Amino acid sequence: MSGEKGQNQRSSESLAQQGPGGGFSQTHAQGKAHAEQPTHFAFDEASEREVAKFIARYPAGKQASAVIPLLYVVQKQMGRETGSAWVPKVAMDVIAQRLGMPAIRVYEVATFYLMFNTKPIGRYHLQVCGTTPCMLRGSDDVLRACKDAGGLKGYGDTSADGTFTLTEVECLGACVNAPILQVDDDYYEDLDYDRTVQLLEALKRGERPPHGSSIGRQTSAPEGGPNTLTGAEEG
Amino acid sequence: MALSDKDRIFTNLYGTQPFHLRDAQARGDWDGTAGFIAKGRDWIIEEVKNSGLRGRGGAGFPTGMKWSFMPKASTDGRPAYLVVNADESEPGTCKDRDIIRHDPQKLIEGCLIAGFAMNAVAGYIYIRGEYFNEAMVLEAAIAEAYEAGLLGRNAAGSGYDFDLYVHRGAGAYICGEETALIESLEGKKGMPRLKPPFPAAVGLYGCPTTVNNVETIAVVPTILRRGAGWFAGFGRPKNAGTKVFCISGHVNKPCNVEAEMSIPLRELIERYAGGVRGGWDNLLAVIPGGSSVPLLPKSICDDVLMDFDALREHKSGLGTAGVIVMDRSTDVVRAIARLAHFYKHESCGQCTPCREGTGWMKRVMDRMVRGEAEIEEIDVLEQVTRQVEGHTICALGDAAAWPIQGLIRHFRPEMERRIRERRGLPLAAE
Repeated sequence: MSGEKGQNQRSSESLAQQGPGGGFSQTHAQGKAHAEQPTHFAFDEASEREVAKFIARYPAGKQASAVIPLLYVVQKQMGRETGSAWVPKVAMDVIAQRLGMPAIRVYEVATFYLMFNTKPIGRYHLQVCGTTPCMLRGSDDVLRACKDAGGLKGYGDTSADGTFTLTEVECLGACVNAPILQVDDDYYEDLDYDRTVQLLEALKRGERPPHGSSIGRQTSAPEGGPNTLTGAEEG
Repeated sequence: MALSDKDRIFTNLYGTQPFHLRDAQARGDWDGTAGFIAKGRDWIIEEVKNSGLRGRGGAGFPTGMKWSFMPKASTDGRPAYLVVNADESEPGTCKDRDIIRHDPQKLIEGCLIAGFAMNAVAGYIYIRGEYFNEAMVLEAAIAEAYEAGLLGRNAAGSGYDFDLYVHRGAGAYICGEETALIESLEGKKGMPRLKPPFPAAVGLYGCPTTVNNVETIAVVPTILRRGAGWFAGFGRPKNAGTKVFCISGHVNKPCNVEAEMSIPLRELIERYAGGVRGGWDNLLAVIPGGSSVPLLPKSICDDVLMDFDALREHKSGLGTAGVIVMDRSTDVVRAIARLAHFYKHESCGQCTPCREGTGWMKRVMDRMVRGEAEIEEIDVLEQVTRQVEGHTICALGDAAAWPIQGLIRHFRPEMERRIRERRGLPLAAE
């Protein structure tokens, strides 16, 4: 959660010791983020419908509960409008006003939870699960494929053309289909190096291959087909 | 004897059929729901108690007893809430995902029944943010249930009013802890609360609240339909029921499967997951219940049973039943070091022993992977885990400590070997 962003901050602070390797892109991205903080944000019509739907889910006086849903609404709208799904500070202020809560509470939530991007990101957000179940099934290869095919130096990097941003995420909760690469909202499962490269190549062409198992498995059933729930009672 | 399909609760676990209400009803969901509600709260809680159901989210607390802690009626005007924990984030665990995307009506029907049993006016299903597509299915399923009059006013013709909402999280493992989840649902950072007061007294918005795992709630309608005795008939005493296991890692066919509790670990892996890669003798270790429980070496895996008590006897646990299998090619120190990284990343930072300890343990574990340590530091590491364990508001500190304790308990010679090898020391006799 907040740890990842803390890490980024720390690594850019210690840039002098680190040298020009991984730290460069992060300072670059942060510099860009400062430059790109818009001065204005307003919910568009589609977002307003969503906002009304979410606020209605919580009892009167408890609208603060809608802060996470509204941060998502902002992030989606930014994605639609700019091609980069992130949450600028001015939008957090708009949310605070809408929900009648102090702005600092919105900032806290936006920075505590990993899924809110508080600086601009690439068009596709490549999120590699690196936790042990994925690691055991080859997430190192998925990471390598993302770097090779995406033109990315490592975690935290955005490709020069703005197509991809690469992030390491913690367990995505799809461990029997490991290793997983989450692209924006979609899980691509049962990956290896080659299939990850193919996926990125397709994304570069503007295609969105169907998500789910990349080897054609029936969701979480064993490869080759279910051995339970087959309709034929076992002995 | 293996569980037969007729005794499986999640008959659409793999999503071979549509999730839609019509299809779910054809599979038996929502059959006689109003009748159960007509029998009253006490009857429902008694049936759940008699079934022996223990919470499926990791802690294994008896579900019926948990429900009985809720006030029978509001004395001060505060409403009560049901909160469903769908923040499935424990490494190795992906069972609730299947229930939500393939069998959501079981969960929704369970929410109505559980909500009624605890006098709740509404339920919130807190689903992890990454499960975006799953949340979309759940939203659609809830909309279908409202459309059919199964939720809302006079839900399912029971005379009881009950609303149900989806609430998405946003990428924080800690929100799987029930009080952090409540904080998050209230629109705050997910930082656990001190207990007491327990949520049954002061929970969501300061109101009586019960937080249950998805699988726990979703099995309840079937338990009521088939009877407490049917469910209690599977597994050993106090370890009753059927259970969805997630088998990941170095098996030939990783999968989710619903099996009976107390199934031998070896049978679970060999019958359902195609066996260990390279055969059973190629097994190194198994984490039997999600990343928070200590790993077990092959010698214990040979005959251990998969239930709460058997795994506890071996100083591990059933946890979420996320079975992570590691064959002999595994760098077991790295596998556990990666979990140390996970807990460091996911510590909310509220309690000093966890905030500082998880970072410290990660850094030492990273050195242990490379053997860059003194032999004595293994003992220091073990001592630090003891100082984190039990000294924090929530169980994340414990969860960070246990995997490392398990590694030292069972694989200390491997840790020492790396240190000796790196320093050019003679390898120990053992």
